This record gives sequence, structure tokens and C-alpha cells, in this order.
Amino acid sequence: MKTGAKLLVEGLIKQGVTTIFGYPGGVVLPLYDELYDSPLRHILVRHEQAAAHAADGYARASGRIGVCLATSGPGACNLVTGIATAYMDSVPVVALTGQVPTSMLGNDAFQESDITGITMPVTKHNYLVKRAEDLDGIVREAFHIAGTGRQGPVLIDIPKDVLTNQAPDPGPPEDIVRRGYNPTLKGHLRQIEKALSLIADAQRPIIYAGGGVIASDASAELIRFVEMTGIPVTTTLMGIGALPCDHPLNLGMLGMHGTRSANYAITECDLLIAIGARFDDRVTGRIESFAPNAGVIHIDIDPAEIGKNKKVDVPIVGDSRSILTCLIDRLPQKKQRGAWDEKYNHWKVTYPMSVPDDGHLRPQMIIRTLSDLLDGEGIIVSEVGQNQMWTAQHFCFKHPRTWITSGGLGTMGYGFPAAIGAHFARPDLPVFDIAGDGSIQMNIQELGTVAQYDIPVKIVILNNMYLGMVRQWQELFYDRRYSYTELPEVDFVGIARAYGIDGMRVDSADGVREALTTAIDTDGAFVLDFRIAREENVFPMVPAGAAINEMIGGQQK
Amino acid sequence: MKTHTLSILVENRAGVLSRVSGMFSRRGFNIESLAVGTCEQPEMSRITITVRGDDPVIEQVKKQLNKLIDVIKVSDITYREHVRRELALIKVAASPGTTRAEVMQIADIFRAQIIDVGTKTLVLQVVGDPDKIDALETLLRQYGVKELVRTGTIAVLRGAKTSAGD
Repeated sequence: MKTGAKLLVEGLIKQGVTTIFGYPGGVVLPLYDELYDSPLRHILVRHEQAAAHAADGYARASGRIGVCLATSGPGACNLVTGIATAYMDSVPVVALTGQVPTSMLGNDAFQESDITGITMPVTKHNYLVKRAEDLDGIVREAFHIAGTGRQGPVLIDIPKDVLTNQAPDPGPPEDIVRRGYNPTLKGHLRQIEKALSLIADAQRPIIYAGGGVIASDASAELIRFVEMTGIPVTTTLMGIGALPCDHPLNLGMLGMHGTRSANYAITECDLLIAIGARFDDRVTGRIESFAPNAGVIHIDIDPAEIGKNKKVDVPIVGDSRSILTCLIDRLPQKKQRGAWDEKYNHWKVTYPMSVPDDGHLRPQMIIRTLSDLLDGEGIIVSEVGQNQMWTAQHFCFKHPRTWITSGGLGTMGYGFPAAIGAHFARPDLPVFDIAGDGSIQMNIQELGTVAQYDIPVKIVILNNMYLGMVRQWQELFYDRRYSYTELPEVDFVGIARAYGIDGMRVDSADGVREALTTAIDTDGAFVLDFRIAREENVFPMVPAGAAINEMIGGQQK
Repeated sequence: MKTHTLSILVENRAGVLSRVSGMFSRRGFNIESLAVGTCEQPEMSRITITVRGDDPVIEQVKKQLNKLIDVIKVSDITYREHVRRELALIKVAASPGTTRAEVMQIADIFRAQIIDVGTKTLVLQVVGDPDKIDALETLLRQYGVKELVRTGTIAVLRGAKTSAGD
């Protein structure tokens, strides 16, 4: 016989878990006592939201399942934003929460909240464990559900008495049988044949690759498919890194802040091959004008995404990697599409992402310099807003899982804790969090975590003393009425030093390279406070409700 | 827009109904009626939902239902030969000597049973297609419907076929 707490810890170890991010509290005391001398490494964060984001960042950087832990009530509630972030971006996370004892459930007991009820719409599945003997099976099932099919967060809520009660040692694991859960992985052959015939006939095809390519580790297959067919690719925000930014067939990101070449190519294509992407409104703009004259092949592991926003001619449900492999095996003779190649290459040359070199300290230039210094060998995490878009536009990503950002939910405060998680997933790589002065202040308390465990995460603050993206919209669409978007000056280097972390403030363009080099060369964490041009905007931009080829800005050479 | 009848086999577990109904409300699908109970297989329940929408909406409803881990099988039986029934209990004002005889006559025509007789009211139990219940309710309204309780539609395929067996 063993306690529920012991069974839980052993269950996690059996799943290959090595690191969990958490914060203790009353009802999880029995579990923390078990963790005290377990081989699991527990990282104590400063706020439970950061635990959820760190588990998410760990999962995205490694492809393994991230684990976070919080106590009941406020602890569990603080995880919710992080869980919702993981849900929107299909990230496999298992969240463990303590709960009041089963005898007190529903009684409004101290620190009770109905966390399974609260997280029902933002989890792939969740559990309230009623008996210690169920724990082992539920842990195995939770990891199975989180990590298969369309991945996502799963929450396990564990009452205190379930942690202290004794249950028999589980025997050898049985197969997980869930009659309501059987994701389709292999594509339907007849649909694949249809797709091949559309590809063979297309004059102006384009691939629109999303986060599903990264999630299914299909990057190598995508590159192969692209090179064998000669079809150009645009990626979503989530798909960045699926093929190297400098690949000749990569047109860059599409959508609201996408490249002109990608958005024009989408508008003029006659065949759209969507792979692991979901026709999100930030990508499509006005949906009626998105690839208006194209046949559509949609490859996705979630059948509910197919036909949800855009009518599809050839739906293929399954895992991107398996389907791409299947397509590659059957590809027809490579087709010459000279006129199309000429057209998108002309756009690429005419409308590059560029920065005016006028001596001002511009954020794009900071990103480009960092890109240059790291040469794709590092993990870049972003917050949300202008910092995120400038990074997506100007950093040259060369490998999958090196770009980590909150796409679907757009969670400010995500980047810093996710960067902490990414470090534990890939301690061999430098990890940078690109932040704004707004975003960083949403989880700046994690400087405490970084200091405690000596985590070498570098923070680049693009400081414009504004909530920049909202200010940009106010400038463009609200007559420059900057309603509650101005932030007072903060001494970020001073804050970092108070935690024992070194930093540097940079005020001019000539200090950028040296400052970034110092950060890279520093063994521990480092905070860089760049005082950028205050009213710099993210261009090009598709205004809300416009078609994606109706862009403003970004025309300078 | 058409009303669809979905027969959904689910795990008989705590919280399943809330997962199903929560999915409908958060995605903005409108449930016209919902009935739930145990079924022929132990550890499973069957939920019958009628929902209105055009084809793409109904397609989304079915796909989103299928994504719920506790949902075992979703069968849209709208276009298959089936029988639908709903039960209603209707409390009608019907005092002796005035309208009681008329109400009883209407009940008779609709093959409704009178299951309670009060000094001033009758309770009618009627079983049928939802349209039939609507018709009866309309007719009884002039006498004063004090209370109306409906179970929601349930449905089953005609013949040997079963909704989960396709």
C-alpha cells in the first residue's frame, strides 16, 4: 500500500517527467512532502501563472509534456490564463491542482474553487480524482490525452484526502482504452490521391503552414515536400521555424503583420495547401477575400478545424508528418511554374522586411542584430504585442521549436516564464525573452525564480514607455487619442539588480551590438533595457476587416 | 435552417452533461431540447439533443461533440427513418360544470391521459411528436394553462438498426 501522493509522484516519473513548475499551499502539503526527497526537480515560481507558462514553454521547446502544480482555490485559479494559453496553441501540458478534502467538496471550504468546472472550456480534458486507487490510471490517461491527437492541456484536480489515503501498488500498466478518444493519424488515401491531382494541375500553388507542422515534428518532411515540388511556403506566427527563414521558397509570415509577398501570393494563388493551420482571423483578414480563387487542400489532425472558417475542397484529417510522408512517396514529376516563380520572387525582392538606417534606436534593428549574433542557434521567446511582431518579422529562425510565442490567446506576460521553461527543456541553448515594457511587468516577479535557480535567461526589453500595439491602433484608428496606454519610466536595470541580476540600459543605436554581446557572454541571467523610438509602428499591417492584400506601410526598400 | 436530432452516446460519469451543454453555450449553438438518461449499455448514457442550424453549423456541432473525450458516439438521425417522442404534463384550469368537459374532450382527441383531478384543475399527460404537443398546448391555452412541463425529445431509428450501430 502507498499514499496517493507517492502514487502520483511515481506516476509522473513513469511518464518520464523530470521537471515540474509549481507553488505550494495548504492542501498540497502531502504532495510537497513526497517531492522533498523524490528525484523530480521542482522549480518554485513566484506566481502560479508563471508555473503554467513555464510548463508550456518547456513543452514547446522540447516536444515533451510540461507539468505544473498549484494548490487549491487561488493557486488553481492563477493557473487558468496559462492553461488557456496552452489550449489555444495546442500545447501538451498536464496541470496538477490540490483540492479540499472530498468530504468538504462543494461546501465553500477554505481555498475551495471548482477548478474542473472553471477549466472545462480551456482544457482538452480534466479530472477530479475521488479515490487514491484511481490516481495511477488517471495520470497515465491524462498524459496520453495531452500528448496525442491535437495536443492540449489536461488538468487533474486532487483532493487532499486522496493524497493521504492508501491504495494498493498498481500492477503493470494496462493499455489505455478510451472508447470516446481515438484520434485519426493517417490520412485517407483517396483524399491524398485527390490532393496530388490538384497539386499536379496547379499553376500558382502555395503552402500555408501552421503550428501543426511544428507540433508533429514534420519540419524535415515539409522541407522535402517543398523542395521536391518547388511550391513556395508562407507560415503562420505559430509555424515560424518550420522551414529556415532564408530558404529560397520561404515567403515569410502571412496575415495581419505578414510580408507583402506572402499576402499577395495567397491572394493570387490557385491552390492553397494548408498544413496544420486553422484559418485564424489574424491570418485571413476578411475571410471572403482570403485565397478567393484557389482550390483548398486542408491537412489537419483536428477534423473540427476543417471547414470551420473556410470551405475546403480536399480535407485530409491526420498527423502532418505522416501525411506529408505519404504525399512525398507519391509525388508526380516536378512541374515548372516559371511565371509564378517569377511573380512571388519579384514581390519578395520588391517588398523585403526592412528598417530605415537613420541612427535612431529602432526595435527592428535590435532584433536583426540579435538574429545576426545567434545565427539561429538559440531559443527566442516573446511576449505579446509589438515586441512579438517585430521578432516574428525580423529574426531569422532556422530550426523548429526555437520560436516560442503565445499566438492564439495573445497572453501578455507569457514570454518570461515560458523562457524559464524553455531553458529547462534545452539547457544547451541560449534563451532570450523579447519583451515590451508593458508585458515584462506582467510577470516581472519571476526575476526571483531566475535568481534563485541561476537560470541564464536573457531579457530584451524594447522599452517605449507605451503599451505599444494598443497605442499603434490608437494612432492609426482612434485619432491619436492615447487613452491609458502611456507607461511611466521604470528603472528595469535597478529592478534586476535588486534581485541580484545584472543588466544594462541602452539609449543609442551604436550600443546595440555590444550590449547584446555582453548579454550572450554573461553566464547568468541578464536584463537589457533598450530605450527605443517611442512611436515606432509594426508594418506592414492589415487593418481590421480588410482583405490581406490591403496592407498599409512596409513599402520602403 | 433545419432542426436536427442528435443521438449522443456518452460515458455515464459526473460532469458529462455539463461538458456537453457547456460546449453548446460557449460556441453559441442553440439547444432546442435536451433529454438524458441511462441506456441499454451499462456505464453509458444517451443524450438526445435537438438543435437548429444550417448544414455547416450542424457539422461543427457534431465535430465539436466528437472532440469531447467522454462522448463515445454522435449520430445525426435527422435524415434517417426514425420515430420521435416527447412527453408533456399540462396543468389546465378546468372547473366542474364549466370547461372541464371540453378539456376532457380535447384530451381524448389527443389521446392524452388525465393523471390528476383537482377541484379547479386537471393534469394531462400527453406523448407524441413535439408538434403534437405544441398543438395541444395551443388549444388548451384558452382554458388557462397553469403549468407546462416537457421532457424534451427522444428518438429511435425504425427497424432493426440502432443509432450507435452505424
